[in-house]
Amino acid sequence: MFRILRRAAFAALFALPAAAAEKVTTFTLDNGLEVVVIEDHRAPVVVQMVWYRAGAADEKPGVSGVAHFLEHLMFKGTDTVASGELSKTVAANGGSDNAFTSSDYTAYFQRIAADRLELVMRMEADRMRNLKLTEDDWRTEREVIIEERNQRTDSDPGAIFSEQRRAAQYLNHPYGTPVIGWRQEMEHLTRQDALDWYRRNYAPNNAVLVIAGDVTPDRVRDLAETYYGPLAPSPDITERVRPQEPPQLAERRLSYSDPRVSRPYVTRSYLAPERDSGAQEKGAALTILADLLGGDGQTSFLARKLQFDSKKAIYTSAGYDGSSYDDTTFNLAVVPAEGVSLAEAEKALDEAIDEFIEGGVDTEAFERVKTRIRAATIYGQDDVNRLARRYGEALTTGLTVADVQAWPDVLDAVTEADVLAAALEVFDRRRAVTGWMMLPDRAEVMQ
Amino acid sequence: MMRFLFAAVVAVLAALPAGAVDIREVTSPGGIKAWLVEEHSIPFTALELRFKGGASLDQPGKRGATLLMMALIEEGAGDLDSQGFAAARDSLAAEFHFDAYDDSVSVSARMLTENRAEAAALLRTALITPRFDAEAIERVRAQVASIIQSDETDPHAIAGRAFDEQAFGDHPYGTSRNGTLDSIAALSRADLVAAHAASMAKDRVYVSAVGDITEVELGVLLDDLLGDLPEAGAPMPPRAELGLTGGVTVIDYASPQSVVVFGHAGIKRDDPDFFAAYLLNQVLGGSGFAARLMDEVREKRGLTYGIYTYLVPMDLAETWQGSFSSANAKVAEAIDVVRAEWAKAAAEGVTDAELEAAKTYLTGSYPLRFDGNGPIADILVGMQIEGLPASYVNDRNAYIEAVTPDDIRRVAARLMQPDALRFVVVGQPQGVAGTN
Repeated sequence: MFRILRRAAFAALFALPAAAAEKVTTFTLDNGLEVVVIEDHRAPVVVQMVWYRAGAADEKPGVSGVAHFLEHLMFKGTDTVASGELSKTVAANGGSDNAFTSSDYTAYFQRIAADRLELVMRMEADRMRNLKLTEDDWRTEREVIIEERNQRTDSDPGAIFSEQRRAAQYLNHPYGTPVIGWRQEMEHLTRQDALDWYRRNYAPNNAVLVIAGDVTPDRVRDLAETYYGPLAPSPDITERVRPQEPPQLAERRLSYSDPRVSRPYVTRSYLAPERDSGAQEKGAALTILADLLGGDGQTSFLARKLQFDSKKAIYTSAGYDGSSYDDTTFNLAVVPAEGVSLAEAEKALDEAIDEFIEGGVDTEAFERVKTRIRAATIYGQDDVNRLARRYGEALTTGLTVADVQAWPDVLDAVTEADVLAAALEVFDRRRAVTGWMMLPDRAEVMQ
Repeated sequence: MMRFLFAAVVAVLAALPAGAVDIREVTSPGGIKAWLVEEHSIPFTALELRFKGGASLDQPGKRGATLLMMALIEEGAGDLDSQGFAAARDSLAAEFHFDAYDDSVSVSARMLTENRAEAAALLRTALITPRFDAEAIERVRAQVASIIQSDETDPHAIAGRAFDEQAFGDHPYGTSRNGTLDSIAALSRADLVAAHAASMAKDRVYVSAVGDITEVELGVLLDDLLGDLPEAGAPMPPRAELGLTGGVTVIDYASPQSVVVFGHAGIKRDDPDFFAAYLLNQVLGGSGFAARLMDEVREKRGLTYGIYTYLVPMDLAETWQGSFSSANAKVAEAIDVVRAEWAKAAAEGVTDAELEAAKTYLTGSYPLRFDGNGPIADILVGMQIEGLPASYVNDRNAYIEAVTPDDIRRVAARLMQPDALRFVVVGQPQGVAGTN
């Protein structure tokens, strides 16, 4: 019965346009600030995001964590706004605000009633160029980021292991340095380090403003001209050139044991190309490859082989995030079933990958992935915050608005042959890091 | 055939100035009640189901049965095995999520308009005729076991478990709804079938739908989807006796940072002073807001990355809890600050300015929650299970506005007892001694 229904569903969905359905307007101010407006008039809510093309991978050596440290200090006030006042003002108006830092960008956002947009645009524009840092503010905040590292990384064996693996994955590129920073460098960050970073990176010609929700492009243009328009561009913004990876020729293997680990597991990451502007095809093929291998807990290839058939694993995953300025990674993980060793689990993973490449792509599974991707353009319209994030992230990782809008079509055009070609290219052990997470008393010897 | 009863139509124009949320209370031809918001601009529907009772319906010796049952109902249903069900769902691009909480089990679905009937028919098989195949039981049991094992070495889970055990003892609230390795190992297929019959019945279901669907269409869908559920489930469990005492529990755990969970008795959701307590908590440790504890512990002293407090009015017991993490050398000072702030608020309440700021924040942020079909459906089903009327979305901000400084002082004196706070500290804290 369901086979018939499924075919009917395919036919219907193939009639859907794959292209992005959101209503987007873009323009650029004279000082170089790029503006993206995404309209959604269903609720009287708006979100403002400012994204800087500056993340942890743009830091100089020796001051790891400074991008994230400054993100915290950006809430400390300006000539006209007292320390902490921005967040208090947003809250007093019923809104919420926060910020996040990654390797490639630092972003700030507020979500607020649509009639309060002007208020948050005035304050966000103000701190783009007028930040003030007092002695008390920066010293206390350095303690806070160290507590954040304690909480997020040092209290979590999985996070420690992930940090070590990433450091091994990148031989030369700063993606090997954690965004939060290495502790011994964080402990010596200064007010001057933060200000140097701020002055070098925070300017309208290094930023993207995304406004999404119940607002018109004309209104945004007026407000952006009023508040962001007068800000001087920085003459120091140059093309982002980071140290690149040399040819990776030697496989790396790591093992980590920690008494706080409950279940051992195996990870494998491969250096992989990111989505490139105007050439997203390889990124699209890798996105679909990850979905086929690990996208669904019941039907993905690794789940079927390792969890259902051989029962060597209780959990498997495959992941690829192409939104990255430089080379990214394709990641696999296996949590072995009780009584299965890490060596056996790793062997089973490798055999499954070989089998996938030899056997070719299952056509029904391939069509299901495509169907889900098309439906995602419908479901995606329900969450304007996520749409806003997608544009901000793309525009600060080397992509354009046209790339974002073309992405559903690029995914839709991927063929089974493209997926296999991408798999053959990416699964090269010379560019791979294999990790074994272990309990101290159950440690195995790694080959 | 349209036989919908319009018990009430509530337009919430006042609370939500531009984008009105028009909640209709509807009853299907078969008698199933639901709240509906029609939103035809995107061709899909968000459907939320909640069944009151949840994991607290686990029978003695069967801890974990409800959660394992909910994890299994998408692992094979009707004519389809686990993989067949997942493939059918993905071919329809439908999204189903099943979960078990202490007081309810939940079903969330997103269905495209173009194949909604097929998607609902598939969902129906999971709700009405789940298979509980032996293969699936063993596979998912092993997954739940690995979660239980992870929690055994996770400091946050260790702290939460120790706090719950002291607070609720032998009541189901006193243990994890995941169960223990022993309790889930002993569960049989019959136990899962029993948990299904106990927790998913018409006498305890609440329904909301938001999206591209009409009242008539929803009525047909609900009768197909839920009409064959049993009329009644298991009796609700008894209230939990709160066994918390004031003091400090230290659990040794090798880590640079200590995780702290603290709290004492709370307040019922339907207490006349609930909104006063809610505002008081907001000033003290609310999130998304410049709260006192965040200011004192993080901003002024740098002792933590974050500290929050929350009222936890569950169906069968009420607590007021908080949590934070601090470096082992700093945690003693952080606990002292919390105690001092608790005593200060108990004695003095909050300032007029703080109360006004909390009111402005809570009244202003409320309409911002209604920003998508999925979030609205979630809010509406939550209101129903709490026994709130649809008009609450209009009245809620007035309840907040009506709270006076005297109300705050009264509820602070009544609820806040610094000596009754129990702190559970998981780590190797310096200068913190455990009491009993």
